Amino acid sequence: MADTTSEYAIEVNDVSMIFNIASEQLNNLKEYFIKIMRHELFFKEFRALDHVSFKVRRGEVVGLVGTNGSGKSTMLKCIAGVLEPSEGTITVRGNIAPLIELGAGFDPELTARENIYLNGSLLGYSREFIDGHLQDIIDFAELQDFMDMPLKNYSSGMVARIAFAIATVTEPDVLIVDETLSVGDVFFQEKCERRIKHFIESGNVTVLFVSHSMEQVERICQRAIWIEKGVQRMDGPTAEVLAAYSEQFG
Amino acid sequence: MSKRAEINNKVTHVTGNLAKDRFILLQLVTKDFKLRYRRSILGVVWSVLNPLLMMIIMSFVFSYFLRGSNVENYPLYLIVGNITFSLMNEATSTGLRSIIDAAPLLKKVRVDRWVFPVQKVFSAAFNFAFSLIAVVIVMLFFRVAPTWHIIWMIPALLLLMVFCMGVSLLIGALAVFFRDMIHLWSVLLTAWTYLTPIFWDLSLLTGSNAPWYVIAVVKANPMYNYIDMMRCAIVYQASPGSTVIILSIAWALVALLAGYLVFRKTEHKFILYI
Repeated sequence: MADTTSEYAIEVNDVSMIFNIASEQLNNLKEYFIKIMRHELFFKEFRALDHVSFKVRRGEVVGLVGTNGSGKSTMLKCIAGVLEPSEGTITVRGNIAPLIELGAGFDPELTARENIYLNGSLLGYSREFIDGHLQDIIDFAELQDFMDMPLKNYSSGMVARIAFAIATVTEPDVLIVDETLSVGDVFFQEKCERRIKHFIESGNVTVLFVSHSMEQVERICQRAIWIEKGVQRMDGPTAEVLAAYSEQFG
Repeated sequence: MSKRAEINNKVTHVTGNLAKDRFILLQLVTKDFKLRYRRSILGVVWSVLNPLLMMIIMSFVFSYFLRGSNVENYPLYLIVGNITFSLMNEATSTGLRSIIDAAPLLKKVRVDRWVFPVQKVFSAAFNFAFSLIAVVIVMLFFRVAPTWHIIWMIPALLLLMVFCMGVSLLIGALAVFFRDMIHLWSVLLTAWTYLTPIFWDLSLLTGSNAPWYVIAVVKANPMYNYIDMMRCAIVYQASPGSTVIILSIAWALVALLAGYLVFRKTEHKFILYI
């Protein structure tokens, strides 16, 4: 199996992501045809990622740094498979747990239990697996008594708890964490951090970590990649990259 | 370490895309079904009641108007036509919005996009299955006994579902880029309702001095063919004509091919437009 032979869990090969920013909003057939007839259909190209390449070994913990709007989230979404890169290829070996945006497919009218199955199916879990781990999910989210209540009656913090519990119920091969994802109250946040830390310490999980907190990146990551305005500026040991990064911006 | 990961794979995640998609389809159909009748007192009874009430009202009005035609069991004729057309109506009008409605989901996880339009067809077929109970009630009431021809229902239903999948894939993809499709489709559906012999009979048209092309359009109409096949199984209790069978198959294949090609060509760009 190719899965076990390669030492790299993530390979990003010369990836560019181009968004067409239409000069006008065209959601209308009539306008579209008129513009085509007049050859007025112009798009402004915007490169969110410009020829980015890197490889991440199995079990490695890599931090992604860069200012706002520099393309970090776009990079993560490409790796998670939500976005397809305009150029280049991305290979990910193993199961991904993308903790970028949680709770895909959650429906407010369904109960928490029903949402767990729906969300689980979208994450690729099998029915048997969800059956077997339903209790783990409920326990971790600490929502034992509310499982048959429609999700719309939950507070947003409670919804986030369930979403996190489902996404991390199993140890993934590749974990993608966006720091902006803050879940629930302080106590639950600590619990989430412990679980992520547990994954990291197991040594089996490849982690890609996005954060604006330099201190956090320094503490967790062995290696850092700096992306600025879609261009890869530096890739190396955390301390060196962070030093260069902070020097640039004072 | 790698071996462990491999075992891990098998236990937690379904193997292969198709198994994953099947489980997603099942979950989405279940969701649609649960939400449809949540907090209604009669619940799923509405799926039976709805076509029955429709049939009663329409046969009250139209049975006098159709006295000249050779339709023998008009209420049964009507209900079979109605539920078959509703299947297409529901499948395509929900399929039309399926990708747009799945936007929050498609922005979060990687999932095969075709499951959304296809799932809507299964949901509509599920609803169709319930309205068959209404058909059974009507058959019992008018003492119509089915013959072996009833098995024609199966190919009729399957072909119609394939046709609807093709159409839903096509218009679901187009609606992502042109929201006009949503308005256009509702106009088309209304026109289609009148173009299809649901409450009227084809003999009314062929018996009149309608020009040949009007008759040709009605006869080539995919819904006429699927409804005729369905009526052959339940109402006429005869085998459908070869033209009807061939056209039913052809329309299903054409729709599926067109839907598949357009969907596959455009699906990579969905995320940028939803």
